[in-house]
Amino acid sequence: MSSSVYVAGVGVISAIGNNVAEHLASFEQEKAGMGDITLLNTIHKHKLPVAEVKLSDDELAKMTGLSSTISRTALLSMIAAQEALADAAIPDFHALRTGFVSANSVGGMDKSEDFFVEFLADNNKGKLRNVFDHECGSMTEIVADKLGVSDFMTTLSTACSSSANAIFYAARLIKNDVLDVVIAGGTDALTKFTLNGFNTLMILDKEFCKPFDEHREGLNLGEGSGYVVLVSGKVAKTLSKSPYCKLSGYNNSNDAYHQTASSPDGTGSYLAMQGALKKSGLEPADIDYINLHGTGTPNNDSAEGTAIKRLFNPAYPPMSSTKSYTGHTLGASGGIEAVFSVLAIKHGIIYPNLRFETRMEEVPFEPEKKFLKGQDIKHVMSNSFGFGGNCTSLIFSSI
Amino acid sequence: MKVYIRASTCISPQNTFNNDGFLDDIIEYTGSRLKAIEPDYKQFIDPKQIRRMSHVIKMGVAAAKQCLTDAEVTMPGAIITGTAFGCMEDTVTFLTRIVEQQEELLPPTAFIQSTHNTVAAQIALMLKCHNYNNTFVHKGISFESALIDAIMLLNEKETDNILVGGTEEMVDTSFKILTRLGLYKRQPISNLSLFADESKGTIGGEGVGFFLLSNKFSTDNLAELTGLKTLYKPKSIEDSITNFLESHKLTIDDIHLVITGKNGDTRNDEVYHHLSDSLFKNSSLANYKHLCGEYPVSSSFALWLAVNIMKKGVTPEVIIEQNNNISSPKKVLIYNHYQNKYHSLMLISAI
Repeated sequence: MSSSVYVAGVGVISAIGNNVAEHLASFEQEKAGMGDITLLNTIHKHKLPVAEVKLSDDELAKMTGLSSTISRTALLSMIAAQEALADAAIPDFHALRTGFVSANSVGGMDKSEDFFVEFLADNNKGKLRNVFDHECGSMTEIVADKLGVSDFMTTLSTACSSSANAIFYAARLIKNDVLDVVIAGGTDALTKFTLNGFNTLMILDKEFCKPFDEHREGLNLGEGSGYVVLVSGKVAKTLSKSPYCKLSGYNNSNDAYHQTASSPDGTGSYLAMQGALKKSGLEPADIDYINLHGTGTPNNDSAEGTAIKRLFNPAYPPMSSTKSYTGHTLGASGGIEAVFSVLAIKHGIIYPNLRFETRMEEVPFEPEKKFLKGQDIKHVMSNSFGFGGNCTSLIFSSI
Repeated sequence: MKVYIRASTCISPQNTFNNDGFLDDIIEYTGSRLKAIEPDYKQFIDPKQIRRMSHVIKMGVAAAKQCLTDAEVTMPGAIITGTAFGCMEDTVTFLTRIVEQQEELLPPTAFIQSTHNTVAAQIALMLKCHNYNNTFVHKGISFESALIDAIMLLNEKETDNILVGGTEEMVDTSFKILTRLGLYKRQPISNLSLFADESKGTIGGEGVGFFLLSNKFSTDNLAELTGLKTLYKPKSIEDSITNFLESHKLTIDDIHLVITGKNGDTRNDEVYHHLSDSLFKNSSLANYKHLCGEYPVSSSFALWLAVNIMKKGVTPEVIIEQNNNISSPKKVLIYNHYQNKYHSLMLISAI
């Protein structure tokens, strides 16, 4: 089995930017992406803030060359995947064994919702075009076709840890010598399905979210996509610029506590972080920054915080939840935050945890409040936890 | 490294679950939809939970638990599932309420159980299993993607026993929509004469298949999963199959039985007809979709079938299309494709 897997390219779109450069600018200016709902036709408009990508489906279609009638989930995916692939600039890409491993949580649900209104009134009505690509796998297929990747593709869906697992699986395809290059990450668009779903669980904050704050009241939903281009050591040597970093550790553990709630002691999160450290051969003290899952719900942040305390006590690295900028992008969050983790190493930056005021009672630490530049960052841990107890941690390390 | 199948369970439209027989009491269906035969869930799931669980969750949990019992494994090192459509019943329920109740006063249960990883998560929850847990959702290779994950984990020596399953449910809404999309036959047909008179469309099915995979040799193992390959829009499937066999130092003459994914739809079956006249000309051939219907993870039914052929040393008459001296096959090739895009090859060997 070959040893290292390198990150050769990154691409991202979210409420705070349509590409990597715009994200870096928004982070430095401390510009959050939340606001009023403008795209979804829902009764929650003006009541619940969300973090929308500031482009219509038509605009996204123009930027990607895809049809505007396909799901926003695929359109968003295409934007970041093509940025990542262009960034990697892999010589002889099509001569290599290439793959696209993507994740999402509800596939083409944005279009299925439209279909359903007419379908429920009359089962013989409703535009079939709107439901044809309902499946999660369709999102991946549309983008893989456009990217010209056909050796291997698959889709993962483990709720909010989906795209961290996609990156993890992609790295193993390279380590097991199945592929040379894999574009891996995830995508999700805002839908009425997920907005109402999270609303029934009463975990949406009516104000902008406050991750890891004692007075946090829930999450804000977001949308977007994020991809990394992973390459084998052999391919890394052929690149014209040196890779960003390597993916040094990963672990997937299950909380096995409740379908949606995290265990009070954060068992799954603890095992995921501990397992990723073990895989990378690092100690907790080696971690220079943790990109938290940090959704802003009382339950998640308490469980994650408790798990961090168990593992890192008494010395805590800087940490923050970038969901305070992007909202919770669900199946895309692991991919988007993997890109942020890679950029933290590349540019020596630590992102602030916006709107933080009061330390949580159960932990002796607090997240970073300021945008920090010029940091020496060698190892970054990225956490992604989801429904079904699915907990995954990734560790990126400088070369 | 070798990958062994220690145990295999299957819930399908036939009596395949906890049945000592092997496809000897075939059920005939007329229409274009085959529904899975539900076992008595009480021996697997707490009755209070049964009421809350959708069809696919119940089937998945029951088949998974029985598979672990058969394999004498209490805590698998990983749980991995594949499903193209996920939890359709709960998804449709929640979507319907959003429309009908105009987003007001929605109960959360259907949403909570609608995520694609619910079956794998519920198995972990029941076992209190903190180990690796993953779910693949890629159309006609969802189950194969899960198998690839399991094979890699065994190769990485992360664990030596893994529970892998394919799960799919068909609900009225998905059947209606897929019928409108032209997947199924417009005229009622007996599933037992599915291949007699090919026309446009197939018959819809559903089911779950679970497998305990291990890299440890044991005489209790049922079969060896010798090879697995997925292909997307292959240029020549004939060449792809030949290359796949070659990579295992085999030719088509070494294969005792080929199980194909023929489904009675004229366009779908073109490639199988072509192969019957070429590469598979002298092979013994079998089909399975007249028994379980077409669904994205139906290859899990085919794998269950192959494993049982190995274990019991018999090939049920009902699956045979072309018999070239099948006695007790020691090498079986499964070739399936889903809507001409996703093709998969599985090579199964006797222990």
